[in-house]
Amino acid sequence: MSLKEKLVSSFLAFELDSDINSPVHDIRSKSIKKFEKIGFPDRKNEFWKYTPIKKVLNEDLTIFKKKRHLIDFEKVKDFFLGGIESYKIILIDGVYDPLWSNTTHEGADICILSSVLEKEKYSEVISKYFNTLIDKNESFSLLNSSFSKEGAYIHIPKNLELDKPVEIIHINSGCESSLMLQPRNLIILEKGSKAQIVESHYSLGEKNSISKGSKANHNDPVTNTLTEIHVEENANLDYYKIQNDLETTSIIDNTYIDQKKNSVASCHTFSFGGNIVRNNLNFYQNGSNINSILKGITILGSNQHTDHHTLVHHASPNCESHQEYKGIYNDKSTGVFNGKVLVDKIAQKINAFQQNNNILIGDHSSVNTKPQLEIFADDVKCSHGCTIGQLDNSALYYLKTRGIPEKEAKGLLTYAFANNVLENVKMQVLKTKIKKIIANKIGVSLGFEL
Amino acid sequence: MLKIENLHVSIEGKEILKGVTLEVKKGEIHAIMGPNGSGKSTLSSVIAGNEDYEVTKGNIFFNDENIEDLSAEERAHKGIFMSFQYPVEIPGITVTNFIKTAINSNLKARGEKDMPANEMLKKIREKASLLEIDSRFLSRSLNEGFSGGEKKRNEIFQMAMLEPTLAILDETDSGLDIDALRIVASGVNKLKNKDNATVVITHYQRLLDHIIPDYVHVLQDGKIVKSGDKNLALQLEERGYDWL
Repeated sequence: MSLKEKLVSSFLAFELDSDINSPVHDIRSKSIKKFEKIGFPDRKNEFWKYTPIKKVLNEDLTIFKKKRHLIDFEKVKDFFLGGIESYKIILIDGVYDPLWSNTTHEGADICILSSVLEKEKYSEVISKYFNTLIDKNESFSLLNSSFSKEGAYIHIPKNLELDKPVEIIHINSGCESSLMLQPRNLIILEKGSKAQIVESHYSLGEKNSISKGSKANHNDPVTNTLTEIHVEENANLDYYKIQNDLETTSIIDNTYIDQKKNSVASCHTFSFGGNIVRNNLNFYQNGSNINSILKGITILGSNQHTDHHTLVHHASPNCESHQEYKGIYNDKSTGVFNGKVLVDKIAQKINAFQQNNNILIGDHSSVNTKPQLEIFADDVKCSHGCTIGQLDNSALYYLKTRGIPEKEAKGLLTYAFANNVLENVKMQVLKTKIKKIIANKIGVSLGFEL
Repeated sequence: MLKIENLHVSIEGKEILKGVTLEVKKGEIHAIMGPNGSGKSTLSSVIAGNEDYEVTKGNIFFNDENIEDLSAEERAHKGIFMSFQYPVEIPGITVTNFIKTAINSNLKARGEKDMPANEMLKKIREKASLLEIDSRFLSRSLNEGFSGGEKKRNEIFQMAMLEPTLAILDETDSGLDIDALRIVASGVNKLKNKDNATVVITHYQRLLDHIIPDYVHVLQDGKIVKSGDKNLALQLEERGYDWL
């Protein structure tokens, strides 16, 4: 049985467990039908040309976990931002972990999606926002919608500035072999509200889990995650994704962000590891004076592969978008950047900026980068640029004349190249955490405290 | 301290220096002047260890050691410093973090421990004030968006931090207004002592009003054609290089 067949037949069992009267039952059923029709994409599909996703979609993936696993606090806390208070939604193998989470219903709703989907009092919100943004021809979005049940639900009411950041942490316990998970987040920022959200993915691998007696499993999990974000008028959102996972873990992330007038939304994607990681990040601008910021740092090694497909749909006049993605590729790692900017005829006077810079360190590393601009308005400013190269020799020489040895000088330049993207990160603890990961990935001592 | 013997240097097969001989002793300030294209910057680059240049003949000794095969960083560890005519912009790393890395790299190469953080901070403050550098400047990205004057001041600040025994100042006065020139020159003078030496490379005489050289050499077409004291610079200013 192929994975697709396995998923389709598992859907029946999945819905047996679910409430068939729930408002999302219809969505799930329609989604699985459509998914069954179109299946998984292969590389003949232009959208997936450079990412051999089928490689990780094997029929051995486990759809339903067998049992619940607990993880030692010492292990979990390593994944926290630390140093500041935060709301936390922690999912272990796709299941909510109330022990280490910190949710709220005071002021804002910060909780799990499953509880919201089942409750009558949320039905209005769900019908207004849930599953309204997704690309209904995209396989993984359809698949996620079919199994959409658990994940984060964040609803910030009008004019509230959230007092602390929210952390959404996905942990793969490694206790079960090769799980395929379908986490689903729904985030709503009402008019004039403000929030900062950090979402991260981690796997523990067999030897790290405390579950005794479990045999060493072959573990190549795949997480197919989907996030819908609604940013209403004058609202302000900073979203950060940390993908720093084991080399066996693959992630497919579809994120859809809808912005209304005068809103500002940023999404930083930090891709530091995994087997195959695919990010489809979609911004829709529906209103004037919107600002969308998309930033990314990718640092890979060994045979890792990361693919960033971004879309900014300028559907309204007088808006801005800024994209800046940087990639550092070691060993045989590979990367893709495809930045699509779509400017509707009515979207006059917009300013869309896009930049993708890459450094290839490994002799066998490679990157495919492609700006894709479709502009139907005539009074706009759209700029794009991409570079693929090595470290700047004149900069290297400059550092060496100051007594910094070649290896350290290269490390410092690589750090500087990536670090430059962090300029707009307002959350200091996160900034420091990312800087430390970057320094660690580069693998040389930098000679200063981070 | 520095002894250059019959130095011939080429870049991409083209001979730039055609037999330069020069000796700089500790405590001295030498000025090397010359028209554009005479090989001044080549001379400074080859002393600092730029690998783009090929020494085809002759020797460079630093404290009686032939340094030809040493890398740029090894020369720095031995106490050679070059102030760049065009300092490189490095976004993403602050002036402070850059200098910390440089200091600790040099200490490590000499088998010493990292400088304690408080000592480092104290030294940074002290040297920054010497060059009238604002503390906000220190947390900016290295040379990024700096004015010409800020870049040169930053070079001399690095020199002050690293305390080299031989400093080569390559066209340090270019791009400086008169106030910046005064600050930079006064910094260089304050750093001068009986155990270190300075080589000032310049096209114009004006820097030498502030940094008074013991010797002036004229480099023309890859050779030192004339040497003298500070009065030679004044004569050149008056009569131009054609006079020689």
